[in-house]
Amino acid sequence: MSATDLQKTPLHALHLELGAKMVPFAGYDMPVSYPAGILAEHRHCRQSAALFDVSHMGQLRLLGADAAKTLESLVPVDVVDLAVGKQRYGFFTNASGGILDDLMITRREGDLFVIVNAACKDADIKHLVTHIGHRCTVQPLPDRALLALQGPKAVTALSRLNPALSNLTFMTGMGATLAGTDCFVTRSGYTGEDGFEISVHASQAAVLARALLALPEVQPAGLGARDTLRLEAGLCLYGHDINDVTTPVEAGLSWAIQKVRRAGGARAGRYPGANVIDGQLALGVSTKRVGLVGLERVPVREGALIVDAQGHKLGHVTSGTLGPTVNHPIAMAYLAANHAVPDREVYAQVRGENRPMRVRAMPFTPHRYFRA
Amino acid sequence: MTTKYTPDHEWINIADREAATVGITHHAQDALGDVVFVDLPAIGSNLKKGDVAGVVESVKAAADLYMPVSGVVVEVNEALRADPSLANTDPMGHGWFFKVHVADMAEFEQLMDGPAYDVLVKNA
Repeated sequence: MSATDLQKTPLHALHLELGAKMVPFAGYDMPVSYPAGILAEHRHCRQSAALFDVSHMGQLRLLGADAAKTLESLVPVDVVDLAVGKQRYGFFTNASGGILDDLMITRREGDLFVIVNAACKDADIKHLVTHIGHRCTVQPLPDRALLALQGPKAVTALSRLNPALSNLTFMTGMGATLAGTDCFVTRSGYTGEDGFEISVHASQAAVLARALLALPEVQPAGLGARDTLRLEAGLCLYGHDINDVTTPVEAGLSWAIQKVRRAGGARAGRYPGANVIDGQLALGVSTKRVGLVGLERVPVREGALIVDAQGHKLGHVTSGTLGPTVNHPIAMAYLAANHAVPDREVYAQVRGENRPMRVRAMPFTPHRYFRA
Repeated sequence: MTTKYTPDHEWINIADREAATVGITHHAQDALGDVVFVDLPAIGSNLKKGDVAGVVESVKAAADLYMPVSGVVVEVNEALRADPSLANTDPMGHGWFFKVHVADMAEFEQLMDGPAYDVLVKNA
């Protein structure tokens, strides 16, 4: 795909003005970093507040009396009992229990507000329309931008524009006016830090972004920092750490499948792959997603084989980098379940050499969500 | 002219032919972003022009480091190994990678001079 075929977010001109280094990502021309660089942007997010343009992500609404009930036919998540103003993490599954995409669902007064991955959004919309389009209205929102303000000072910064937002707790949302723009704001994100995601009409996105960047706590951050932040936070990247052949149980995401949707629950099963997933919940899995920390300085990246001391293959790395906050190499990998135990020493093959790593519980940096 | 450049965005300074200094250019470090790790060749390695001599890794990616000329590696920059960010802050100076005893001066002469390299970067 040439640069001219790439789509642009409503903040594209602002990124160029800020001197961003642009890269193609999921069909969009996106900022990977600004002149400060990935490390500085990562640290700023951990220490203060960083503004990310995530307008490439898919936003949509589901409307109709049966929307929650019918969405449950595609996700192993409790949507029916989700209270107004609450947000929940979930995933679309296929008949084998694999993950088609992961998503965020917020129940609002008149609809379900859903955010999906950029690379999957067209397929997700088709999936929704095909399977539940006759029972609820699936309304894509291509004219909405999405900004993420993340970091321990995000609440201080955003409160300057609208003090009511400090009342939100983690995984809740509300409509709010910010810098004269009508927004829908959730207290959530993809960095492990406290923070907000702000949905705003495309025509007002630049006004809002400039107002946020004018706040003393806020600096822009690109997709590079977003990736290192989410990896330190132990959060999966779709297409890398989870995909259509990994199940939620293998991925360590069983926590997102509420009891009511599991075997024996009041609304058990009745989603694609339920038999596979319930079977794995009961009997366990043979491979599991784990965190790994490097015992040497060499970054271990996606695709690296993990072996034991005798060189037998145990699994492979799905994401890896040098964690800027933890200051050593970190990775996510799928390992044979009998090796997926904390403190197990394994070896990553990097350029023909075995580099020692240790299985570690995630997150690598503690989550600092605002729960109450 | 004692410094020449390769299409792989490395420089080599031949002021001391017995120990010519090799590093990456400003353009290379800017394209890579924050350098967080370097893998340097073993001292005594006898490598041919174009052989992989090491690796430079940023947060985002790993890039091979190639021999700009054939020769024997006589010294590596331990300060860079300890602080890879020197490749960003001073790529043409304290951020050098290794020194090589040049086998064939003709290989050095074939490399780009400063103005030729500037044109390459401008058109990149």
